[in-house]
Amino acid sequence: MSRVGKITRRTLLVASAAVAGGVAFGVYQARRELPNPLRPAEGQTSLNPYLIIDQSGVTIITPRAEMGQGIHTTLAAMVAEELDVAWDSVKVMHGPGDQAYFNGAIMGLAMPFRDYAETDFQTRLKVSSAVMAKMMGLQVTGGSTSTIDGYEKMRMAGATARETLKMAAANQLGAGVDTLETRAGHVIAADGTMLSYADLAPEAALLDTPRSLELRDPSTWRYLGQSMPRKDQSAKATGTAEFGADVRLPGMKFAAIRINPNLGAPVESYDDTDARKMAGVEEIIPFDNGVAVVATNTWLAMKATDAVQITWAPAPYPPSTKELLTVIEAGFESKPNSTLRDDGDVETVLAEATEKVTAAYSVPWLAHATMEPMNATALYTGDALTIWSGNQAPLITRDKCAEAVGLDKDAVEVITPFLGGGFGRRGEFDFSRYAALVAKAVPGTPIKVTWSREEDMRHDFYRPAALARFEGVVEEGQIKALSGAVSAPSVTRQSSLRLAGFAPPGPDKGHVEGAFDQPYGIPNFRYQGHFADLEVPIGFWRSVGNSYNAFFMESFIDEMAHAAARDPLEFRKELAAREHEPSAMLLQKVKEMSDWTGQTGPDTGRGVALTYSFGTPVAEIIEVRDEDGAIRVTNAWIACDVGRALDPEIIRAQMSSGLIYGLSAAIWGEITFENGQVVQENFPDYDAMRINTCPEIAVEIRETNTHMGGVGEPGLPPAAPALANAVFDLTGTRPRELPLSKNFSFVS
Amino acid sequence: MTTTLTINGTSHTVDLPEDVPLLWVLRDEIGLTGTKFGCGVAACGACTVHIDGEAVRSCQVGLGDVWGEVTTIEGHGTPDAMSAVQEAWVRHQVAQCGYCQSGQIMQAAALLQEISNPTDADIDDAMAGNLCRCGTYPRIRAAIKDAAKVMGGA
Repeated sequence: MSRVGKITRRTLLVASAAVAGGVAFGVYQARRELPNPLRPAEGQTSLNPYLIIDQSGVTIITPRAEMGQGIHTTLAAMVAEELDVAWDSVKVMHGPGDQAYFNGAIMGLAMPFRDYAETDFQTRLKVSSAVMAKMMGLQVTGGSTSTIDGYEKMRMAGATARETLKMAAANQLGAGVDTLETRAGHVIAADGTMLSYADLAPEAALLDTPRSLELRDPSTWRYLGQSMPRKDQSAKATGTAEFGADVRLPGMKFAAIRINPNLGAPVESYDDTDARKMAGVEEIIPFDNGVAVVATNTWLAMKATDAVQITWAPAPYPPSTKELLTVIEAGFESKPNSTLRDDGDVETVLAEATEKVTAAYSVPWLAHATMEPMNATALYTGDALTIWSGNQAPLITRDKCAEAVGLDKDAVEVITPFLGGGFGRRGEFDFSRYAALVAKAVPGTPIKVTWSREEDMRHDFYRPAALARFEGVVEEGQIKALSGAVSAPSVTRQSSLRLAGFAPPGPDKGHVEGAFDQPYGIPNFRYQGHFADLEVPIGFWRSVGNSYNAFFMESFIDEMAHAAARDPLEFRKELAAREHEPSAMLLQKVKEMSDWTGQTGPDTGRGVALTYSFGTPVAEIIEVRDEDGAIRVTNAWIACDVGRALDPEIIRAQMSSGLIYGLSAAIWGEITFENGQVVQENFPDYDAMRINTCPEIAVEIRETNTHMGGVGEPGLPPAAPALANAVFDLTGTRPRELPLSKNFSFVS
Repeated sequence: MTTTLTINGTSHTVDLPEDVPLLWVLRDEIGLTGTKFGCGVAACGACTVHIDGEAVRSCQVGLGDVWGEVTTIEGHGTPDAMSAVQEAWVRHQVAQCGYCQSGQIMQAAALLQEISNPTDADIDDAMAGNLCRCGTYPRIRAAIKDAAKVMGGA
């Protein structure tokens, strides 16, 4: 059987495992339209789950978390494009958590395929995974999937509503639907009569929606493909945008928490005698692994949590970074979980080689460090629970909070305000669950639980540390063989168990993405993933496995180019041209943007990297300069191919954002452990790039790839290797360990 | 013990211990949530407000130590009447998640009061204390320069 056949069988196992986990469905259910969860108020009409029409205009439901990526704007533009409404008149809201808002693209990410070389059969499998997501109600913002998932359904929502409004107008006017036009929120008859959507909506809501519809050709678009004024800018520039931390309710009390710094371990005992006497303190509420203080003010609550004497149970994992890394190192001895790339015959070529290039790399644990610390607000009334929580997964949040307080999930409502950064952290439910537990102890009183920065940084679901080993053979200026292996705890495994209650069997794509799936034609090419599971909490961190595998892979490709005495950009371009022309063209593009010559002056270094992730290949060049013995990152050039660019300014912003987030981690990011606890507490010891250390950035967007890719994450993976390769060019010393500031001095 | 403060031109009397940071008086007591909590140790700038026109970290100023009139982002400008800095922020579509931007704008506004036509080095000096995890720095720089022009400094 072919390799694709084997992978396919394993992939289907993923599906059946989920069914065994409690979700069974028939075809009729999978095809059935999900009920509209919107409950319009008096004077409002909802024609489908994405629209509310009233006299003040149109509100578009954009059921993905707005965490900075501009998704509310792009999803609204999809609906508005087909609906024919003036952009200024459009309002957006996240809307309720509901199965109707499932993300049909998210499960496709787990399919162990190379996106750039996807076959028709693989595409069909990926599409069919949407059925799974629908039935499981996976309303998740993540994996750079929101535009891909929304592209058809949001435009369809707009088109369906438009045609239904036209049908209502046709009935009122006694005219044929095909004689009617739509413009700026009105249906316009041949004689110039104008009927507003607001007036037509109540009748339209009673009509059956049209059976078949054609979406508009992109050549006629007015909103999509343009840089639209973002819907969140005025609120975010005036302090009026409501983040989770800003929720205010009548009678609300403010709480702070302390959670066991030995991650995952419970409280053994506590003494709150002193804390109870402190100003503003109203309640002290213990829970399984921590203590909360409810007070009249958040700061008074935080101060009182520090005064609670707590004996913590010890951590369930080896207590120091060194001991934890020993476990990960030992992972290489285990049978690999995956060998998703195995072209040619690596074993034989390596065995017969007289000279080999070898390298080992390491990256540390990382925190998300969103600007808004974790928080959530909850109101428990005995038979119902409402949670206000900036989260990336409202239905998981609902179900886990329902379980925590012993209510039916239908008795729990989740409201999702703006997220002050997500990066994967807010896909977890811990912060919502703690708020629910605290609120349950004070029925009838809304409680806002705000974490201190120290609690946030020391209780993350971290990007795991990872180690890699590479061997390669170069012959006549070409790569003859490349063999790589990563050993790391599996994010997919741990988070699936935590969030969904099961761990999918088979090869874990997320563990090896960013290496095995890269568009390089190497005759003998293998990449393997070894699991080294630990009880340290880990989770999805912007770009997930790509965040470390891309550093390993693109550093080693650079080492191979150096061994072959080749220009590292031309070397990559040749490898990419064999597999994926759009990727090769991106290397050409950044070469032109940066006037890359392959030569740099004595005080300058340049590095290049290419990574294909989340459907979007991205090439980056980074330039560094020696500034009195310290390295300054001066310039970055980014070229991406998104297949179809829906909002160029948002794409540029996301590419720059990914690069900067990646550079912050590459230069400074490191979480370490001592005595079972995370050492870093706050920005002074877990700092990031700032305006004075940020390079000048240029972004070019191409649209030649065969399908639309994501934009929130793909800018990140090439940043670390492009920088490391630039540092090598500048210093002659090859960086093999992150963060770079451990071994090189940077301007700060 | 009660303390009287002038915030955005309005007098407020609050009954809280004097060591409660201004940040938490604004957010929890007065309900002005535009000023954000980011770190509590003056390392991120999200809580920046003006006291008598000077940019300060409100997480480090105790209620009893507030020495002048407080201006928060809400007092700096509103959606219907934005300041030149806020308008530049919208024109350049600066915000991503937006959580740090109140502090960035208050810091930038104080910079432009002091230096009407700031150089890149001036911007670096004034703004390096304001962290943004989304990485909106290139647009912050462009918006400050644009606001300077509109305000007549450049």
